[in-house]
Amino acid sequence: MTQSVAPPVPPVAPEPTARSRRPSRGRPGWSVSVLLIALAVVGPVAAVLVDVANGELPDWPRNLGDMVVTTLLLMAGVGIGTLVLGCGLAWLVTACTFPLRNVMVWLLVLPLAMPAYILGFVFLSIFDAAGPVQQWLRSALGDFVEFSVATLPGCVIVMSLTLYPYVYLLARAAFAEQAPSTYDAARTLGAGRGRAFFRVLLPLARPSIAAGLALVMMEVLTDFATVQYFGVQTVSVGVYTVWKGSYDFGSAVQLAALVMLFAVAVLAGERLMRGRARFTQQGGHGRGLQPVRLSVGRGLLALLACLLALAGSFVVPVLQLVWWAVDHARGDGPPALDSGFAQAFSNSISIAVITSLTCVVLALVIGHAIRLGGGRWLRAAAQLTTFGYAVPGAVIGIGTLLLFDYLDRALEALGVPGGTGLLVTGSVVGILYAFVVRFVGPASQAVDASYQKVPVTLTQSALSLGAGPLRVLGRVHAPLVRSGVAVALVLVAIDAIKELPVVLMLRPFGFNTVSVWVYQLAKENLWGLAALPALVIVALAVVPVFILFRQVRTADTATRQRRSRGSL
Amino acid sequence: MRTSALLATGLTLAALSATAGCGLFGEDQPADLQVYSARHYGSEEVFKQFTKETGITVDFLGGDNSELLERIKAEGEDSPADVYMTVDAGNLWNAADQGLLQPIDSPTLDKAVPQQYRDSQDRWFGLVLRARTVLYNPDNVKESDLDPQDTYAGLADPKWKGRICMRDTSEAYTVSLVASLIDLYGRDKALDIVKGWVANDVDVMANDVLLIDAVDAGTCDVALVNHYYLARELEERPDLDVKLYWASQEGAGTHVNISGAGVVKTSDNKEQAQELIEWLATKGQDDMIAGNHEFPVNPSVQPDEVARSFGTFKPMPIDAEAYGALNAEAVDLLAEAGYK
Repeated sequence: MTQSVAPPVPPVAPEPTARSRRPSRGRPGWSVSVLLIALAVVGPVAAVLVDVANGELPDWPRNLGDMVVTTLLLMAGVGIGTLVLGCGLAWLVTACTFPLRNVMVWLLVLPLAMPAYILGFVFLSIFDAAGPVQQWLRSALGDFVEFSVATLPGCVIVMSLTLYPYVYLLARAAFAEQAPSTYDAARTLGAGRGRAFFRVLLPLARPSIAAGLALVMMEVLTDFATVQYFGVQTVSVGVYTVWKGSYDFGSAVQLAALVMLFAVAVLAGERLMRGRARFTQQGGHGRGLQPVRLSVGRGLLALLACLLALAGSFVVPVLQLVWWAVDHARGDGPPALDSGFAQAFSNSISIAVITSLTCVVLALVIGHAIRLGGGRWLRAAAQLTTFGYAVPGAVIGIGTLLLFDYLDRALEALGVPGGTGLLVTGSVVGILYAFVVRFVGPASQAVDASYQKVPVTLTQSALSLGAGPLRVLGRVHAPLVRSGVAVALVLVAIDAIKELPVVLMLRPFGFNTVSVWVYQLAKENLWGLAALPALVIVALAVVPVFILFRQVRTADTATRQRRSRGSL
Repeated sequence: MRTSALLATGLTLAALSATAGCGLFGEDQPADLQVYSARHYGSEEVFKQFTKETGITVDFLGGDNSELLERIKAEGEDSPADVYMTVDAGNLWNAADQGLLQPIDSPTLDKAVPQQYRDSQDRWFGLVLRARTVLYNPDNVKESDLDPQDTYAGLADPKWKGRICMRDTSEAYTVSLVASLIDLYGRDKALDIVKGWVANDVDVMANDVLLIDAVDAGTCDVALVNHYYLARELEERPDLDVKLYWASQEGAGTHVNISGAGVVKTSDNKEQAQELIEWLATKGQDDMIAGNHEFPVNPSVQPDEVARSFGTFKPMPIDAEAYGALNAEAVDLLAEAGYK
């Protein structure tokens, strides 16, 4: 299928093989770095597995089969949901002009700022049997209207709404970056718009879409809050039920290992979807995708589609939170924000910035090392680094504790008095380490998706012209994978702001983040108090989305300028 | 050039975070006592009051029970924890069972905390009580419809089909209630009861406030809730169309559970840790229940007004050891019965 689209694409660069010359052997320094990163990522999981292997192997819970089926159904549902929403909306805003399109392009990313557990709660309070919608329906239609939305389909809807931006972002980037020349060529050769989209653009964007979808699947696999709201018993819920209900850490880890197995399957699936294809961009940008001006009616329909997605995933929950916050402020309860919250706020920002910068640097190192060549083991190591994202946060948290515990004992055995002391939970070192373990994956996915589009020949030319690897990275690759880097920064920053279990587990005394703050109130159902801080999380996560939007827009403008220059 | 702009932004962010980061790594003066607590509500005010009365300063770290437990274990000798506080008798039993707590010899506590609310080896002490009981909608349910002898078991009766709502299986409230049913009736009968709930299409919800809303709206006729969630909601919305019913008053009594605390084995400040727990069980009882409407364990302390308005009731005796040991079986039983 992909081979059939080869003609419009200028020669696809060959995969570097052991026989090809210079870049193939890799650079030891870069390769070793990747190996070290992989080791660091695998460390906590390995520590947990070792710890459990030392005990007896526990029984599997009796409803394991049900949990596996539920997990698969949820993954399939959310996969389809995010694909349709993500690709559909990305195509709509890239290929068509309609009222407010330029605003929609970035507004549609906003749901990324809405933690799924908040949307889930709001969704239930509005739509469940006791909520206002069904109450109204009952008064209008009669008492027979009474159904639960805390079901698998309800969960699929909520998760699709919060997670589609992963697919949307990467698909849009791919459409915008790749579309120009190939799409034009397909159109010139007589393909209709739909045909050019489905037969040329979509296959070309496949690596990016697959990367986005893989991120979505990881989120689905490790989520435990939203699924619990909806009574959807996935394997991850099983991990918590067994751990908390039976005090059986061993069984819980055994289930967590199963979650990781799912994740490995997802990653393998992603590789399969990418296939052997390496679509790279050659030469200059073409005339670009000429957006079609839709008729008034269709334009309004397109706008309506965007607005619906946006309303369901962002506007309605924000309004509900505002309502709760105002309601609380009118009462005589304690103020929702105080100095403790201000401290939590600055902690969240610091952690998000440090984590996202670190992850992006590591992702660049990985991407660059692969580009410089190196054998199968390098690819395997690179693959391992994406693994942390698939591990439930609590498992990484425990693994980090254990790892530092081993380190502590090893140091003491070597005669270092006090060992590491309380490094891991006495400072934020533990949190930062666990965050990098967990989030280098998405950063790597995003950067890698961009790297795929940099022609290998370009790297080879730069190297053969005598530039050192670092110079090639700085002067050639970095500018070309800019959009991937921006996406990576944003994804990691937002994830770091929202992440909960790792912080809960590893934080030093008195260390709060905004998500811990909201969680502790939400856990006690104090939504009046939690609403304003929850809005702050959303606002905080909107900032990186904004930065991303600016980046995307400047890229668009640059393309447009290039286009106009070309036409002169 | 855009690259340099990006680089500049990156560097600025790095510099910013480095300055902010200083605060992250800086060590504050540690307080006298370090408390790990799985109990969040209002803890800060309680400890402030303690410091005001005794001059002993307290740092407290909130978190989930299982995570805090693993953390204390992994921190080992280095653990700064002095006091461990948690909800659920099973959790307290488990912490003691894993050897994380040390026995306290305190005549004050022996007097303040009734025997059934503390560990037989004095490694932990209950501080406040919560009751999990029936809430019903008076428009759809008459009080006489409920079984005064075995209320929880009675909800398995087919007459409740499509009318009952409860919490999910991953919630400790559900697990410990089922553990107490196993303790009371044996596994077979408990399994029949839970199967009966499932056969009645029990509507499982994600939190107690949703349950209260559902009963108020009449979409559930009967639900099992913790009394203090109702107390809290009634404070905000006094006109809720719901009534509380004390379960099993002519039988074993209403299911209750405790929040409690113990001194961590590796604590290097045992005296003051003990002083804190003693204070919480005596003078601090009013502060513990303030705002959260739980029942004090200390018989000489009165519950607050809202909790008192529910009337007095007979609690089911707590057997922490049995609950703790039966929790795993309860999880298994819930799975076997197909409870979600």
